[in-house]
Amino acid sequence: MYFSKVMSGCVDLRGPRAGAPPASYDPLPPIWTHPDPQSVTRAGPGPLNRASTRTAAAKKELMMWESLREALDEEMERDPTVCLMGEDVGHYGGSYKVSYGLHKKYGDMRLLDTPICENGFMGMGVGAAMTGLRPIVEGMNMGFLLLAFNQISNNCGMLHYTSGGQFKVPMVIRGPGGVGRQLGAEHSQRLESYFQSIPGVQLVAVSTAKNAKALLKAAIRSDNPIIFFEHVLLYNVKGEVEGPEYTQCLERAEIVREGTDVSIFCYSRMRYVVMQAVKQLEKEGYNPEVVDLISLKPFDMQTISRSVKKTRRAIIVEECMKTGGIGASLSAVIHESLFNDLDHEVVRLSSQDVPTAYAYELEAATIVQPEKVVAAVHRVVGAPAGVAYA
Amino acid sequence: MLGALSKASSSAVRARLSSGAPRDILGRAFAAKVDGDTLSVEVNPFTAHKVEPPSTTVTATKDELIKYFREMYLIRRMEISADMLYKAKQIRGFCHLYDGQEAISVGMEAALTYKDSIITSYRDHATHVGRGGTVAEVIAELMGRRTGASMGKGGSMHMYKREHNFYGGQGIVGAQVPLGAGLALGHQYLDDGSVGVAIYGDGAANQGQIFEAFNMASLWNLPAIFVCENNHYGMGTAEWRSAKSPAYFSRGDYMPGLKVDGMDVLAVRAAVAFAKQHALAEGPIVLEMDTYRYHGHSMSDPGSTYRTRDEVSNIRQHRDPIEHVRKLLLDAGLAEVAELKALEKEAKKEVDAAIEAAKAADFPGQDVLAAHIYKEGLGMQLRGVDRMSWLTAPKQED
Repeated sequence: MYFSKVMSGCVDLRGPRAGAPPASYDPLPPIWTHPDPQSVTRAGPGPLNRASTRTAAAKKELMMWESLREALDEEMERDPTVCLMGEDVGHYGGSYKVSYGLHKKYGDMRLLDTPICENGFMGMGVGAAMTGLRPIVEGMNMGFLLLAFNQISNNCGMLHYTSGGQFKVPMVIRGPGGVGRQLGAEHSQRLESYFQSIPGVQLVAVSTAKNAKALLKAAIRSDNPIIFFEHVLLYNVKGEVEGPEYTQCLERAEIVREGTDVSIFCYSRMRYVVMQAVKQLEKEGYNPEVVDLISLKPFDMQTISRSVKKTRRAIIVEECMKTGGIGASLSAVIHESLFNDLDHEVVRLSSQDVPTAYAYELEAATIVQPEKVVAAVHRVVGAPAGVAYA
Repeated sequence: MLGALSKASSSAVRARLSSGAPRDILGRAFAAKVDGDTLSVEVNPFTAHKVEPPSTTVTATKDELIKYFREMYLIRRMEISADMLYKAKQIRGFCHLYDGQEAISVGMEAALTYKDSIITSYRDHATHVGRGGTVAEVIAELMGRRTGASMGKGGSMHMYKREHNFYGGQGIVGAQVPLGAGLALGHQYLDDGSVGVAIYGDGAANQGQIFEAFNMASLWNLPAIFVCENNHYGMGTAEWRSAKSPAYFSRGDYMPGLKVDGMDVLAVRAAVAFAKQHALAEGPIVLEMDTYRYHGHSMSDPGSTYRTRDEVSNIRQHRDPIEHVRKLLLDAGLAEVAELKALEKEAKKEVDAAIEAAKAADFPGQDVLAAHIYKEGLGMQLRGVDRMSWLTAPKQED
């Protein structure tokens, strides 16, 4: 699912300050935006008028788990219908500490410790959402949500459509996924490839402390069901975070590094793998453009096409399997819509189609390493501009 | 053996108990009667659901008790060394330890044969050893070596032994129970007089798929034994916070069940023997093993944020399975302290040798990376990480 032009009727009510893309960006309005908090009447405590705090947004450095926790805390304070349910999220504080200490502040009803029944509590979350709550359902590991696939696909994704628009499912399904450090095959799954075909859900993948907090807040405020992918290895990544009113557009990609030679599309942990390769590439004289997709469904075709039109070469770096991953869809989309703007076929670096082995070297061999990214850029770009090819 | 048990309930034993024979703090009476090399013990009573419980008088010979002592001690040492190796970063990822629960594995193996099938969850190191796997295999697998139980490809949660009908080793909580019903289906289909045992925990007991498995097993009278290892915590959530009815042995509703003192190897053996007979003659049964894990849920969980240290040390002092057997042997004069110490030393040596062997072994290479994806090799070319490299999935020689 992707849009090549702005849907009619969508206006950026928030104005250019909140969640704005970088200054060098061509300022077209985003594809879909969230209603301004002041334009939405929501019952509950917390001042809706936060204009005074917007300009004085506090900047501080936090680890990603802390920034997610802060987002949760702020949203739960702002809106009493926001609640979190999942395994060990309450008293235990979350297996990755994302809800640490929150149950003391909000109580057991809003930080609900569920028994171990993913299918059951996912369905329960959908039901609660239909009655007007805004639940966040946490999968302790994204891989466990395979048990809840029916509920996510049929009920979460399709209810708005099949009910003719009567019911909305404003839930956020979040959890860590991806390949960790030797967690074994069943705990290293990339579920974005399976969920991407479900009509009616949005997929978002976070990568920094800043975009994690901003995107989680936006996801909670969104009326669409959002599947929110965190990565097991990124919880301790530090970064500057913004204040309580800063949200980021859920459908907009991030330009990590501007460049001219090639567009490298990545998301989640692969952003760091790519940036590590970029260090090597810069030394060799290359000037790649790195785009963090953020929105895995729908793709931000504005940013993507603008980048490809500029560089005329595209590399996709993902952690999904080669077969049927996000990259497979994106590659097809780029070839189909930007064929004449390409000088080289799209190159896709993805994980091998094998279960993730436990042994360290086997695990490392099945996922993309920075050397592969460097080699791909060499192949796609050839000699860097102005430098003899070594 | 079952017939002997029910007839062996001697009134003298019962009289001795009611006259105030020594009991521990939890009311468990120790060894009652010694006859040559055979010990007759009263185990804690079983709580039964829709079935007549077996007798609580259990007999065991010295050789059997020595064997159980040795096996449980070996498992204990193996798990403790896994703890040390994990802290030394020789073992990575998830590592779920079984110390405290040894009596279940050893007692179960004492009542079953290798023709019976067992499937369990991720807390499977001890079950693998019980099913005839070596400690060396387990440690090598934990350290990701080629000599490991799954050639280093599985890790802590994925150990299997086909020759002895051990079906793993599962990562997803509760998913092994429908598989266990399938094992029982296989046994019924092939009519081979064996049972299928599915082991799961109190946390998993709330999974819907378990009730689906119960229903089908009961409907078709499958020779299935469902064993709930109730260690009272589903990772960080106590059983009273996650289950409306923590009487897991009665969760089968129409299916009979027994609650067993899971820290007593003889009680476990008696219950499993009874359950096997029941499963083959009448139909599936649930066993709830009341047990305890000393470590946290896994090595990433300290195990102290949701329970007190007093609770853990209390159990260690009064209900430790190994100490119980040691006490039985020593009190009845069936073994000397030195004899048991020698066994402990032997077990330590075996574990240390296993660690040395694992440290010296190779890691799995690229040749096994694409092996075993399909049974028939298909002569398949797998795309590598980049579009230029290809892997050939080797044709499996059986």
